[in-house]
Amino acid sequence: MTTRSLGEPVARREDPRLLSGQGRYVDDIGTGALEVAFVRSPHAHARIVDIDVTGALDVDGIVAIYTHEDLPGRVGEPLPLLIPHDALTHGRTPYPLAKDEVNHVGEPIVMVVATDRYVAEDACDRIQVEFDFLPPVVGIEVARDAEHLVHDDVPGNVAARLVQESGDARAAVAQAPHVLELDLEIERSASMPMEGKAVFARWDADDTSLRVYTSTQASTSVRAAVAAKLELPADRVEVVAPDVGGGFGVKIVHPWPEEILVPWAAVTLGREVKWTEDRREHFVSSAHERGQLQHVKVGFDSEGRLHGLDVTIWHDNGAYTPYGIIVPIITTTQLLGPYKPGAYRAECFSLYTNTVIVTPYRGAGRPQGCFAMERTMDAIADHLGLDRAVVRERNFIRPDEMPYDHGLVFQDGRPLIYDSGDYPASLDKLKKLIGWDEFDDYRAAARAEGRQVGIGMACYVEGTGVGPYEGGFVKVETDGSVVVATGLTTQGQGHQTAFAQIVADELGVPVEKVTVTTGDTRRFKYAVGTFASRAAVMSGNAVALAARNVREKALRIAGEALEADPRDLEIVDGIVQVKGTPGATVPLSTVAVLSNPLRYAFDEETQRATQFATPGDPEKPPVAEDDEPGLEGTDYYSPARSTFANGMHAAIVEIDPDTAEISILRYCVVHDCGTLINPRIVEGQIHGGVAQGVAGALYERMVYDDAGQLLNASFMDFLMPYATEVPRIEADHLETPSPLNPLGIKGAGEAGVIPGASVLASAIEDAEGFRISRMPISPSELYELRQRHERREQNTTNTKDSR
Amino acid sequence: MKPSGFTYHRPQTVDEALDVLGRVGPEGKVLAGGQSLVPMMNMRLAAPAELIDINRLTALDYVQVEGDGAGAAVRVGATARHTTVERDTAAFTVLPLLRQALSHVAHSTIRNQGTTVGSLVHADPAGEMTAVLALLDGSVEVRSAHGARCVSASDFFVGPLESCLEPDELATSAVFPVPEGRSGSAWLEVARRHGDYAVCGVGAVLRLDGDARVVAARTGYISVDATPVVLDLGEVIGRVPYDTADWDAAGRYAAAQLQPEGDIHASAAYRRQLAGVLTSRALSAAARHALARHDIMTEVPQ
Repeated sequence: MTTRSLGEPVARREDPRLLSGQGRYVDDIGTGALEVAFVRSPHAHARIVDIDVTGALDVDGIVAIYTHEDLPGRVGEPLPLLIPHDALTHGRTPYPLAKDEVNHVGEPIVMVVATDRYVAEDACDRIQVEFDFLPPVVGIEVARDAEHLVHDDVPGNVAARLVQESGDARAAVAQAPHVLELDLEIERSASMPMEGKAVFARWDADDTSLRVYTSTQASTSVRAAVAAKLELPADRVEVVAPDVGGGFGVKIVHPWPEEILVPWAAVTLGREVKWTEDRREHFVSSAHERGQLQHVKVGFDSEGRLHGLDVTIWHDNGAYTPYGIIVPIITTTQLLGPYKPGAYRAECFSLYTNTVIVTPYRGAGRPQGCFAMERTMDAIADHLGLDRAVVRERNFIRPDEMPYDHGLVFQDGRPLIYDSGDYPASLDKLKKLIGWDEFDDYRAAARAEGRQVGIGMACYVEGTGVGPYEGGFVKVETDGSVVVATGLTTQGQGHQTAFAQIVADELGVPVEKVTVTTGDTRRFKYAVGTFASRAAVMSGNAVALAARNVREKALRIAGEALEADPRDLEIVDGIVQVKGTPGATVPLSTVAVLSNPLRYAFDEETQRATQFATPGDPEKPPVAEDDEPGLEGTDYYSPARSTFANGMHAAIVEIDPDTAEISILRYCVVHDCGTLINPRIVEGQIHGGVAQGVAGALYERMVYDDAGQLLNASFMDFLMPYATEVPRIEADHLETPSPLNPLGIKGAGEAGVIPGASVLASAIEDAEGFRISRMPISPSELYELRQRHERREQNTTNTKDSR
Repeated sequence: MKPSGFTYHRPQTVDEALDVLGRVGPEGKVLAGGQSLVPMMNMRLAAPAELIDINRLTALDYVQVEGDGAGAAVRVGATARHTTVERDTAAFTVLPLLRQALSHVAHSTIRNQGTTVGSLVHADPAGEMTAVLALLDGSVEVRSAHGARCVSASDFFVGPLESCLEPDELATSAVFPVPEGRSGSAWLEVARRHGDYAVCGVGAVLRLDGDARVVAARTGYISVDATPVVLDLGEVIGRVPYDTADWDAAGRYAAAQLQPEGDIHASAAYRRQLAGVLTSRALSAAARHALARHDIMTEVPQ
């Protein structure tokens, strides 16, 4: 038997290369290329009156300087609105270089091409842009008040008004025995991959072809966009995502202005051109996410069961909407978590502000939704004096209610139907893991020592594996090695390992024989991209299906060679053999040779496939009419709808009574993403996600001032947690397979991050005894909240005394 | 984030360095460990036309204990790395505060490259070593082609990121005096992340008499003003046995003396709260340290 590798904690095969500095990122490619720097807007909202580049012209090493006026045809047009939606009535996208107006600090205005980046930045310093200032619209309340507009032709700053509804929520709330209202806020953060964006383009004038290397999550779609904008046949454009140093969502947006401008400059100048984003640029010219105000009105009975949930959301979409309203769509649907809401209504206003655009960042609207629902669960428990776990449990969708139709539309345009999950079992595991029922004893013991501790929990359901499709290509080479290609990209997820495991198992070869290529349009032309926790589900199943085709063909050819019925054959360790008959074997390498009838031989192996070596039936063509040469196969996986993973987190925090410093003593995760391909990779995904969850709860935020300047645009002041700030993570798994796909798998990429702010707010609230409704929270803010709370208590006491 | 152009000088001797500094004038900037200067140059917040790299001045790479009894001091040369100072056993024995504070200076990789004298010259009011120098009434030895002078800490720090150095001057060493008598010390701070600039940092040096009464207590603060702040809390605490001292009252007193400002990481009120809490904790720790150190030191054969 071939050792089964699916489900095993196989070590990540890409790690030795990546961890020893052998990775090849865009900036490692194209040494000697011309380099690009941009003059970016220093102002949040202004009209461009004049651009004077004369000061830069005599800088030694300048090759070209471009403004919007220089961009021809479609290159100069606004960038595409990638995901249109009926509710997005006022979608706006930027020009690649600003035309007339800038709408956020960091918007590109002038492109400088020079012999190197140093020279390009020198030139940028000498370019003068004259502005007429417009009033900046910064912050959700300011945008909502709409005293000033971001875009003159967008009334109320409202890009979209989206309503999701199931039943009559307002009536249900009005008739419920208990009603609570909560105002909740989550602030902005951002993906912050280690490698920023980067684009390198090489135009081959002799071949009239363009090759673009870009640090993207969607190379096939960048190819389509570049071809369209540059008006080149798609066939003459190749796009490669080499090693990508993290994405976390920001690189699914495309084409970025630079992804059009750099290839265009390469074609125009006939030179290799490269742009590598620096960290300061990434802060002000990529994308952010998370900023939302949320008002929850919930009706429930004395058991804590929901009767109706009426949510209003104000979403800050930044200056433009190139990625549509995906984030608010996800919030309004994924807010529901593992619960039955009774009647449900969510109304979301997506608002323009003069800040960096907002597009999905790992979690993508779910952390905000989770925050709304989980804070509501805690508030209900508090109101009724019930255990927080009990309230959650009473509202769970039960396993026997699966598949469960919420009656809403998900982000793939398909009905929101949960496929599987066992929420009560997950909760039970979590309570045991953290010791939920024993915490009161722990708290009492801690209190006796003068320590202040609290416990919290949060649950979520994550729609993963959204369509429309992915494809896979599998080929057995004549040396017995197996090459696999899929079109979606890799940003560190471990696809070289996970997809190899899947193909190795399907084919019956050792996993070491399999190599995987991703994100290279030369190798696979059709793909959607890596986002929404979809790669394992989509490409995993696609390569599995492709491998099954290859296996079927291998067994057919081997059957002819061994004069055996293919149904009696099996493949073990790369060798086809007759089940139960020792000796009758043919290696897959030979099957690969036989699959491709040859006229010419290059080595001993291939001699066996030449015309005079194979007898064959002289009446039949060497390649049958319905067959193709080669032991290879391609297939696609396209699901009817998404598959829904789930998880539950619990944390214990200790808070310093004097300094308000928050320490996470324990952080426990129970996670169910269906069948596990590789538990080690899934745990790694959870760990990274939890780190970003903790970041969003206690550290990271985007601090804009009223003028729209980002005050913390560096890693000195944007507090991405170090390893020292991330707690040890205790994880346990449940495996409830998805009935929707052949492998039974669900996505895991975003899981860890979703409940971070919710679970820590819950634990801090438990420790402090007052409501936490806004995250992230710093020790300083917690201290101020304590002071306010103490003053309020004082006032209450005074009032009572005066009676 | 690429620096603008500059001329690079790499003098081999102190005299050569002073000569270059004298010639380039205000356009010059000394590069030691570069842990603050290089990022500032990359962000073009600093754009010196002439960069004078002193890393070849090995004569200034030293940490030495000078004198004994009253007047003993630890002298740190201009190219000594934070790590060298932090790990110096002789310096730690006579002046533990150096190691106590240095362990809070950024991360070990930064301490491996950054220099203690460089951080003093950088004069960042969040830099631990500025307050250590001020707390100990230390001084900086400064040389130019025209001579040498010794500047006390109270004169050295002029404002945020501003020392009293003239363009032609090089800080060649810093002198950290050893507190007299039965002293103990502590350094405490609260930072948003491990190794970050402190939201507030407090150092304490406290002296006990033979009956374990407090005879002197001083505290030094970072991140609460434009320059390091030093408070003398001896009178507030009073000459009382260390275990009856009201550290919390001393903390409240100290907090009331300070005028911290708010920023994106902390409100002014929170900084003041931290200053008070850390003062009382640092004083208490310094007292226990004095006691422990004294006991240990009496056991060492003379």
